[in-house]
Amino acid sequence: MSDLKRIIPCLDVNDGRVVKGTNFIDIRDAGDPVELAERYDAEGADELVFLDITASHEGRDTIVELARRTAENVFIPFTIGGGIRSVEDAKAVLGAGADKVAVNSAALKRPELLGELAEVFGSQCVVIAIDAKKKEDGTYGVFLNGGRVETGRDAIEWAKEATSLGAGEILLTSMDRDGTNIGYELELTRAVARATDVPVIASGGAGELSHLTEAIEEGEADAVLCASIFHYGQFTVGQAKKHMAMHGIPVRV
Amino acid sequence: MGSSPQLAILDYGMGNLRSVEKALEKVGARAFVTSDEEEIAAADGLILPGVGAFPKAMERIRELELDRMLREAVERDVPVLGICLGLQLLFDSTIELGGAEGLGLLTGDVVQVPAGGRKIPHIGWAEVTWEKPDPLINGLRPGEPLYFVHSFVVSPTEDELVGTASYGSRFACVAGKGKVWGVQFHPEKSSAAGLRLLRNFKEICS
Repeated sequence: MSDLKRIIPCLDVNDGRVVKGTNFIDIRDAGDPVELAERYDAEGADELVFLDITASHEGRDTIVELARRTAENVFIPFTIGGGIRSVEDAKAVLGAGADKVAVNSAALKRPELLGELAEVFGSQCVVIAIDAKKKEDGTYGVFLNGGRVETGRDAIEWAKEATSLGAGEILLTSMDRDGTNIGYELELTRAVARATDVPVIASGGAGELSHLTEAIEEGEADAVLCASIFHYGQFTVGQAKKHMAMHGIPVRV
Repeated sequence: MGSSPQLAILDYGMGNLRSVEKALEKVGARAFVTSDEEEIAAADGLILPGVGAFPKAMERIRELELDRMLREAVERDVPVLGICLGLQLLFDSTIELGGAEGLGLLTGDVVQVPAGGRKIPHIGWAEVTWEKPDPLINGLRPGEPLYFVHSFVVSPTEDELVGTASYGSRFACVAGKGKVWGVQFHPEKSSAAGLRLLRNFKEICS
C-alpha cells in the first residue's frame, strides 16, 4: 500500500486574521483563521499550514493564541510558520497545540537552528520552508522576503543541507508560480524530491485540480499546498480528493 | 456515573497534552491533565498519552508512582487508553535506547517499525484494518485512515490484537485486553474518525 498523499490548505495570517479574504457564503467571519480551519477539517483536509506574516513584535503573541484556539477546534495536524527564530518560539506554538513549525529566513541566517529544533522536538516537528526562484542560468536560487532578496544559495543544495541538519519535511514554494494559478513548478519539485529523502510539499501555482495530480505524479511531491483555489470556493477539498483518487493517487477519503 | 465521565490525562512531563484534552472535551468528556493521586483515583477513565523516548517516560512514571496508580485502576476495572508512546508503555518491555521494562498491562514487546528500508519515523495517515470487533472501534470503517507519528511498534499476542496498519510491512496499531486499550495513532489529530474513537472510549467510561 502506498502512502496516502496529502492536501494541505494554507492560511496566511496577519495579527491573528486571515490576510486574503474568502468567499464562503456559510462562513460567518471570513477573517477568522480558526473558523476557516474547522471548515477545511470537515471537508477532509489532511493537515493545515498557518503562515504568520505579522510584522510587529507585539503581534507575535497572536500566533500562539491562534495555535491555542486552533487546537481547541481543529483535530488534524497543523503547522505554524513565520517568525519562528528560536527553540523558545517553537516551544510556545507547539505547547499551544501545533504539531510542527516551519522555519524559513531564521534557518538561512542561522542553519544550526534546525538541529536545535530537531534535538528538542524531533525532526518530525521541523519543516524547512524554502522560497525558490528560477535564475537566468536555469538553476533555482533561494530567496527571501517574497522573492525580493536573493540569498546566493542554491535551492536543491539548501534542501539537502537543511534536511541533513534536522528538518523532517520540506515546504517548497516556487516564487515564480506563487499566485499565478498556472500550476506548480514541477521541475523544481521533482529535483528537490529526488535530492532528499524527506516528504516534499509542493507550493505555489495551483489553479486547477489537474495541477494537484501533476505535482504528485510528475513533481513527485508527497503533498500539495493550496490557498486560493480553496479560499475562494472554486473547489472544495473533497472535490480535489475525488479528482486525485480518480487518477489513481491514494488519498484519505 | 453520568454521561459525561471524568477522564484523567496522566501527566508525566512528556509531550503536549493539550490537544488530547481538547479532543476529549469535544466529544463531551470532562478531561483534566493531572498526576495527582486523589484525582486519578476519582477518575472514570485514564488516558496515558506521551511523545518521546520509552525509557525516560517509564522513569518519570515510576518517580510519580503513576505505574502503581494505573495498576490499581485496572484492578478496579477503570478503563485505560494509551495513545502513541502511551500504547507502547502498556506493554512488557522495549528495545528502545538499550531497553527498558514497561507497565506489563498488555502482553508483548516494543520493537522498531518494520519499515523495510523506508524512512523512520513513520509519519502520516495510514489505513487501519480491524482484526476483530471491539467497543473502542464502533462506527469506524474498515480501512479507516488515522494519523501516525512513531518510530516503534508493539507486538501484541493475537488475542490482544485489535487493529493493524501497514508501512513497509504490517504492524499492530490497536491492542486491548479487558478494559485496557492502546492505539499507536493520534486520535486527537485524526479528524472525525479519531474523535469517534475517543467518543467510544468516553462511552465505555460512562
